[in-house]
Amino acid sequence: MDERRRELTINAVLALGLLAAPLVALAVDEPFYVTLATRVTLLALAGVGLNLALGLGGMVSFGHAAYFGLGGYVAGILAHHAFNGTPVLLGLPGTDQMIVIWVVAMVLAGLLAAVIGALSLRTSGIFFIMITLAFAQMLYYFMLSWPAYGGEDGLPIFLRNGIPGLDTMRPWDMFVISYGVLLAALALFAMLRGARFGAALMAIRQNPDRAAAVGIAPFGVKLAAFAASGMITGLAGALMADLNGFVSPAMMAWQTSGELIVICILGGVGRLFGPVAGAAILVGFETVFGGLTQHWQLFLGLVLLLVVLFARGGLIGLIAGRQRHG
Amino acid sequence: MSALLEVEGLEVFYGASQALFGVDLQVREGTAVALMGRNGMGKTTTIHAVCRMLPIRRGAVRFRARDITALPSFRAARLGIGLVPEGRRCFPNLTVTENLIAAARPGLWTLARVHDLFPRLQERAGQHAATLSGGEQQMLAIGRALMTNPRLLILDEATEGLAPVIRREIWAAVGRLKAEGLSILLVDKTLSEILPLADDCVVLERGRTVWTGPAAGLTDEVAGRYLGL
Repeated sequence: MDERRRELTINAVLALGLLAAPLVALAVDEPFYVTLATRVTLLALAGVGLNLALGLGGMVSFGHAAYFGLGGYVAGILAHHAFNGTPVLLGLPGTDQMIVIWVVAMVLAGLLAAVIGALSLRTSGIFFIMITLAFAQMLYYFMLSWPAYGGEDGLPIFLRNGIPGLDTMRPWDMFVISYGVLLAALALFAMLRGARFGAALMAIRQNPDRAAAVGIAPFGVKLAAFAASGMITGLAGALMADLNGFVSPAMMAWQTSGELIVICILGGVGRLFGPVAGAAILVGFETVFGGLTQHWQLFLGLVLLLVVLFARGGLIGLIAGRQRHG
Repeated sequence: MSALLEVEGLEVFYGASQALFGVDLQVREGTAVALMGRNGMGKTTTIHAVCRMLPIRRGAVRFRARDITALPSFRAARLGIGLVPEGRRCFPNLTVTENLIAAARPGLWTLARVHDLFPRLQERAGQHAATLSGGEQQMLAIGRALMTNPRLLILDEATEGLAPVIRREIWAAVGRLKAEGLSILLVDKTLSEILPLADDCVVLERGRTVWTGPAAGLTDEVAGRYLGL
């Protein structure tokens, strides 16, 4: 199992590299790069969510921005009401506690994904892609036109939400929180992939009829995976809003959905650390080429093209070899 | 003895063309039934209808005294119909272990017990199903069906295209399963190999049941007329 060992090595390099980057940045007193590493971490987290649906289940969701943005708005709206001391809904107060926000974001994103999944998983292929896109765009235009929480202008989070015992305003603390959550999500992904659930999900992707013939309920398994996928991406959204101190409908726009797919493809669809590699490449390009030209996405597009043409397994596939053929 | 599976007057269509015109068959608890007939007589169609992979136009399928005629296939599988499909049909890009655990349902059959029946599957645990030999894939397909903890195991052409030594190994395993009390429905063309295992025979001809009886009572005349032997 040489390929396996190589993948484990590259996973370890990515995990340690992501941890080392902000430490080096702190050592040379460049806190901006700590925040940049946090951004990579959170995009990777959102990607891990999508990877569950896309990588294991073969569900090409072009609407994961909906869950990302919903998570962001949960953080923004709860913090907004906590700041103003006004109730959110039916007398329920807002909160500035991250953990409460995460739970609410995951529950709501999971519910939204379950509803959208229940309607869209009856289709497949291009129709599935378009329906998930349509739902996300509906939500995007809704937030755009809803003035209560800033509409088009978005909603600022004046004070970053907190966790007892940590100073979330310090870049390093915010990074540690994000990194911890990412590792937890990766552990969950690995666990699901190794369990009956993951095997059933991959079996359905390969042949739903054959899977049904051995007692796997294709719709139920896919829906559960889709909802779990939305939950993880929603959690990433809540953290990202806190990192940016701002949430706007742009988080829900189709470009964000596209970015998440690009992250998965660049890193390696279905690979455990694929989204981590993908997010690092994306943010790397954004930072390096974004400083040189406004059209940095042109370079990203070229790399994406090369990956799709010559390295279907993404960066991890390129280094570790093709784990899954076909 | 009560019938575990009862098929009555089964009629199945592929689009406008009728494939089954009235198939009757019964599998009693703890017995093995051989479903026979020449190519294209409706054996696989019958099995796919029983497993609820094909819509049934007329007739009824009862399993464990329950009408399953309109059930989706995953429900039939969960009730205890374990299919080993023709041509193996494993999940090629899943590892051997993944193929097995994907189908796992609680019961007596576990990964360890499947490994005990087919030690080769343990040796190949981390390999993709696509890289296995035909015989190993067949073992995997049987193991996968067993992992669903079936009450009835259906084997469709289980040894087709396999080397004689592998065929013997497969039939020995099936014999072991039968001895343990598992009910089995066998579809095969090689009479000499399945008759020793079968208690009863059902012969199909142009989508109809034309002969039913104890395996020992299958005369040369019947075999000659319907099976071309």
